Amino acid sequence: MGNHSDGSPSHSGTVATAGQNEVEKFQDPGLPPHRLRLADTDPRAAKRAERQVAILFGASIVGTFIFLVAYFAIDLGDSSIATIRTQNLLLGLGTAFAMLGIGTGIVHWAKALMPDHEVSEERHAIRHEEDRQAAVRIVDDIVEETGIKRRPLIRNTLIGAIALAPLPAVAIFGDLGPRPDDKLAHTMWAPQDGKLKRLTRDPDGTPIKASDVTIGSAFHVIPEGLNELHEGKLNEKAKAVVLLMRLNPESLNPSPGREDWGYNGIVAYSKICTHVGCPVALYEQQTHHLLCPCHQSTFDLTQECKVIFGPASRPLPQLPIAVDAEGYLVATSDFKEPVGPSYWERDQHERQINS
Amino acid sequence: MSAKSTAEAPFVAKTKVGRVTDFVDSRVGGSPILREFGRKVFPDHWSFMFGEVALYSFIILLLSGTFLTFFFDPSMAETHYQGSYTPLYNVEMSVAYSSSLNISFDIRGGLFMRQVHHWAALLFVASLGVHMLRVFFTGAFRRPREMNWVVGGVLLILAMAAGFTGYSLPDDLLSGNGLRIIDGVIKSIPVIGTYTSFFLFGGEFPGTAIIGRLYVLHILLVPALILLMIVIHLFMVVIHKHTQYPGPGRNDGNVVGYPLGPVYAAKAGGFFFIVFGVIAIMAAAFTINPIWNYGPYDPSPVSAGTQPDWYIGFVDGALRLMPGVVNGFHFEYVIFGYTLTLNVLLPALVPAGIIFTVLFMYPWIERWITKDDREHHVLDRPRNAPTRTAIGVAGFTWYCVMWAAAGSDLIATHFHVSLNDVTYWLRALFFLGPVIAFVVTKRVALALQRKDREIALHGRETGRIVRLPHGEFIEVHAPLDEYKRYKLVGFESPSVLPAVPNEHGIVTRKEKRRAALSKWFFEDRVAPATPAELEAAHGHAHHEAIETAEQKSLSH
Repeated sequence: MGNHSDGSPSHSGTVATAGQNEVEKFQDPGLPPHRLRLADTDPRAAKRAERQVAILFGASIVGTFIFLVAYFAIDLGDSSIATIRTQNLLLGLGTAFAMLGIGTGIVHWAKALMPDHEVSEERHAIRHEEDRQAAVRIVDDIVEETGIKRRPLIRNTLIGAIALAPLPAVAIFGDLGPRPDDKLAHTMWAPQDGKLKRLTRDPDGTPIKASDVTIGSAFHVIPEGLNELHEGKLNEKAKAVVLLMRLNPESLNPSPGREDWGYNGIVAYSKICTHVGCPVALYEQQTHHLLCPCHQSTFDLTQECKVIFGPASRPLPQLPIAVDAEGYLVATSDFKEPVGPSYWERDQHERQINS
Repeated sequence: MSAKSTAEAPFVAKTKVGRVTDFVDSRVGGSPILREFGRKVFPDHWSFMFGEVALYSFIILLLSGTFLTFFFDPSMAETHYQGSYTPLYNVEMSVAYSSSLNISFDIRGGLFMRQVHHWAALLFVASLGVHMLRVFFTGAFRRPREMNWVVGGVLLILAMAAGFTGYSLPDDLLSGNGLRIIDGVIKSIPVIGTYTSFFLFGGEFPGTAIIGRLYVLHILLVPALILLMIVIHLFMVVIHKHTQYPGPGRNDGNVVGYPLGPVYAAKAGGFFFIVFGVIAIMAAAFTINPIWNYGPYDPSPVSAGTQPDWYIGFVDGALRLMPGVVNGFHFEYVIFGYTLTLNVLLPALVPAGIIFTVLFMYPWIERWITKDDREHHVLDRPRNAPTRTAIGVAGFTWYCVMWAAAGSDLIATHFHVSLNDVTYWLRALFFLGPVIAFVVTKRVALALQRKDREIALHGRETGRIVRLPHGEFIEVHAPLDEYKRYKLVGFESPSVLPAVPNEHGIVTRKEKRRAALSKWFFEDRVAPATPAELEAAHGHAHHEAIETAEQKSLSH
């Protein structure tokens, strides 16, 4: 790219150095002459504008009354959505009229009737050299009078004290939350007192029989006993929710060590996305893909929920399941790795679980 | 003093307002303030309204927000809904969600105030953004206004913080999933992420503390900071006086416009009511955040097509665009036994980090490249600063690509295209979009400058075709008057500033880099037309012909 200071290719010769010289610049012609408005010259137009402003203010008064009538006359007693919508519309339109009437009225008044002469005002220097010098002298004097330069011991201890003083202000927030410890590594699925937890339907908590799970179906699952929790129910649910699906056993390819984690093609995977924790709620039955609606991470059930698309990096954790004596599905253990989004200590926790 | 004033005839105000003013003034000494501000001149332009919209929507946010606090209860305690919205009757939910439903269905005007508050919030961030774009593209951030540009950037961040903390308060399913995503992002922070998440939520997600904590931030800390920043912002506007667009009679030494009283005050004051009225129309006619459709927060369900409020969209879009696995490389990997979640950390922090770092530093970057340390009070028309305009549009395009990505699923479903393809295209545009936008914008700006030159030199096309005696057809150009012409030619066109040696006679590496950037900035330039050129253009035989034709046609 050369110097394209010319106006257009055909004029390149004449203007290659155009505009470089101050003398060659156009002189500022000054403010254009003021143009009178219709209302400035024609008293009838001015009168008309006056009436228009008054009408706008009148519209505002009408708006205020619309609001008051809508507020007091409409009874929310029956509380149907339609009544609320009507009231909301009328309150809003009333307010809009009240406000727009005043606003447009004032602006119209200003534009049509108030003097519209543009004025030029000088800008002043932001500071004056005299002030600056006086200020510098004052600061110098102040610093001199404190004697901080002559007494480094005072200065250094002060700096040290001030540097450390905010630490309590940080430390005092230490009780905002408990230490994480290994809370994120465990879920409710761990067998309690040797009793394996049943897989139950979300949200009613009824147990699921293996025979209920037909090929191609999917269940949203919570652990047995979740609904009976009084404290921290949502916390437990946020880790323990599971998706249960049944595929043709041939299409599952369990890796070594996971052969007995499913039952007759029934497999259970954590529903919490390994990306940032949204529920992976969409199951594409035909392709055996699980899709997270938040960021579109896609997991392939036939490859143990390996990530095949999207921002997640890690497969969904699988919940090892079996069938108890009554034919209900149970979790044979907790997840073998922490569920949900990754965190700094995650790998450490996974190693602890598996050791 | 008093002796002197009694010696003269005492001042008697003529009007009632004048008497009240005099009463206050004689007790607090307000006359210097009135004298300074009463007739202070403000330049007028439609693009100066965006900042006003932001200020006014903030006032409306304070008013409607205060109303909402009287009825909202930020508790996460469990309750069974007993209000009048039957589909959720007796459903287990948090008190926060239940009180949000009560505001919507059992408090008269509550739904209206909620919608006013939400629309005003969306408008607040939007008008801040547009205002900052206006300031950027017109070069209003240049000396002496760099610090006010930074204050504006802080305000933008605070506005987003205010929006997000407020968005989460109703504790509905949608906002709960938003918090879930924030939790996932926080957990991806190395070393302190897990602790930060536990401290923020008071334990594991979702816990029972977060709504109350966000509430304090939303109604106390963040608005107080916003208010403080607005005060600083306006204080600096008064000190600097407003910028003005270039034009005849306007220069860096003056300010041309309407006096504050009465015209400007009336227009600006009236505009507050107009903004309020427009927000009221939106709140009346357009549903925003119908929390009753989403249900209470539950970690298990989620609806497809979930979207954050628009201003968080670009971060969410960046999260969507980042691939978790590329060619078998997992962006989540283990380093010294700890997990580093780059597939979340990079998109959440890097684009926003780049945008805000460049935004905050841009005045100093440009000042360093151009070595322009003068005060500027006259704005640039965007076309007259082609490289800056191109940088701005490139950044804006980058932002918009990420923003579009936040709706990738909706794009796919609405246009019946594959979701994966939408993502692949947006991933490509993430890198190519800004480059294309830069090149195109710069070319468009230069072309517009050439058009300005053309008009300044040859006049405006009238659309009138005249046939000359020898048979040639020409279009008559009407010459501009000197005021209109000055608008097209009265701008600075800096040229490349080559590297200069420092006091030791050495051209430092930094100076060489600066010179290279200066070349990139100013290499392509269109200089303003000069009087000599105008003379030449008029002397042109072709134009004589036009003028004679003009005279002839006039004489008919």
